[in-house]
Amino acid sequence: MAEEVLLFGVWGSPFSRRVEMALKLKGIQYKYFEEELTNKSPTLLKYNPIHKKIPVLVHNGKPIAESQVILEYIDETWKDCPIFPKDPYERANARFWAKFIDEKCLPGIFNACWGEEKQHQNAVKEACEHLKHLENEIGEKKYFGGEAIGFVDIVANIIGYWLGLFEEASGTKLLTREEFPKLSNWADVFVSSCGIKENLPLARDKLIAYFRSRFGTGSTDASK
Amino acid sequence: MANSSCSDVKVLGAWPSPFVMRVRIALNIKSVKYEFLEETIGSKSQLLLQSNPVYKKIPVLIHGGKSISESLIIVQYIDEVWSSGPSILPSDPYDRAIERFWAAYVDDKFFPSMQLINTAQGEEKAAKVEQVTEGLVLLEEAFQKSSKGKAFFGGDRIGFLDIALGPMLGWLRAIDKMGGVKLLDEVKTPGLVQWVESFCADGAVKGVIPDIEKLLEILEKMKGN
Repeated sequence: MAEEVLLFGVWGSPFSRRVEMALKLKGIQYKYFEEELTNKSPTLLKYNPIHKKIPVLVHNGKPIAESQVILEYIDETWKDCPIFPKDPYERANARFWAKFIDEKCLPGIFNACWGEEKQHQNAVKEACEHLKHLENEIGEKKYFGGEAIGFVDIVANIIGYWLGLFEEASGTKLLTREEFPKLSNWADVFVSSCGIKENLPLARDKLIAYFRSRFGTGSTDASK
Repeated sequence: MANSSCSDVKVLGAWPSPFVMRVRIALNIKSVKYEFLEETIGSKSQLLLQSNPVYKKIPVLIHGGKSISESLIIVQYIDEVWSSGPSILPSDPYDRAIERFWAAYVDDKFFPSMQLINTAQGEEKAAKVEQVTEGLVLLEEAFQKSSKGKAFFGGDRIGFLDIALGPMLGWLRAIDKMGGVKLLDEVKTPGLVQWVESFCADGAVKGVIPDIEKLLEILEKMKGN
């Protein structure tokens, strides 16, 4: 049966890029549809009526939403180049860190970059505490997945690439090499890795301008 | 696979927590014996702080000395380790994705909308009731699609999404009984009304979700504070 894989995404979104990274790493052919966040297509709304968000993967007519759910589906459906470890404890660990990144790290980063000015110091402190957990988790490993890119690395694309853009857009620096040498090193390796570097939106100025227009110029002008 | 000895498997938790209930139900489905270490409300034990240093929250599963936290992650771990027992997640990747999607919805959207509904007053309460009701209507649709006429989201047996939602609705059923609101409505959500009864009566769930009277006791205490 001819396989049909469609992906609805947005070029600058780390969430839709995660799905593209997984598809490309596994050599899966897909058709990509660029969505406009302010003018979502009827097709997208049909495929994701609950959250009305990208990314949505449609495989042979069946839609799946939520990037982490999509990644698990991709790994279970196309078994080449697995992104999940085999051992149940390692798998639980991977799911834990992926959840931590989306649930804690990302909101923490946003708060530090674009939160209330009077809470800025506390927000930066909290965001750095989260990054410290990731610093400890990466340790001496090349990737969170070990020798090869795994689920957590893909989910951490926000830390690896987008964090730098948020920092520039808002003027708040979080991931310093002095405080986070291992995580900084991982970020360098990640963005230059095969299968990843081809999937990063390279128009940095355009993205920075977009984040500034969407979220503001930052919590503080002082921390540049 | 050899049965683990009871001391091999520990659950750190507190019986009223719906998240802790998920883990215990999953272990019961797999007939895994475990030691239940009850945390005292208001304080966190050394063991909890050591085994879940990132979130410092219950539930935590400790298996052979290794700790796993976050209830839905624990449930998937249980399913994968004790693979000879009845399956919790379905075998088809698409069905698994649908169950994971809705389980994430329960945690990210539905449960937050439920919080403090029984102690809310006036306009705030009305707004919460509307949110919860909207969520239940969506979950009813999901139930009808998923169950395909059978008793549970998972079909004939309790599965991942049943475990994710069951303890939440177990509590909601008690909140309804307190009066003042009717969240689980036979007209709007007939499937869920029947499902929550079947779920709470299931062998793996009985004893984990206490009788409605005991839940009402706790709710009354909360309202009194």
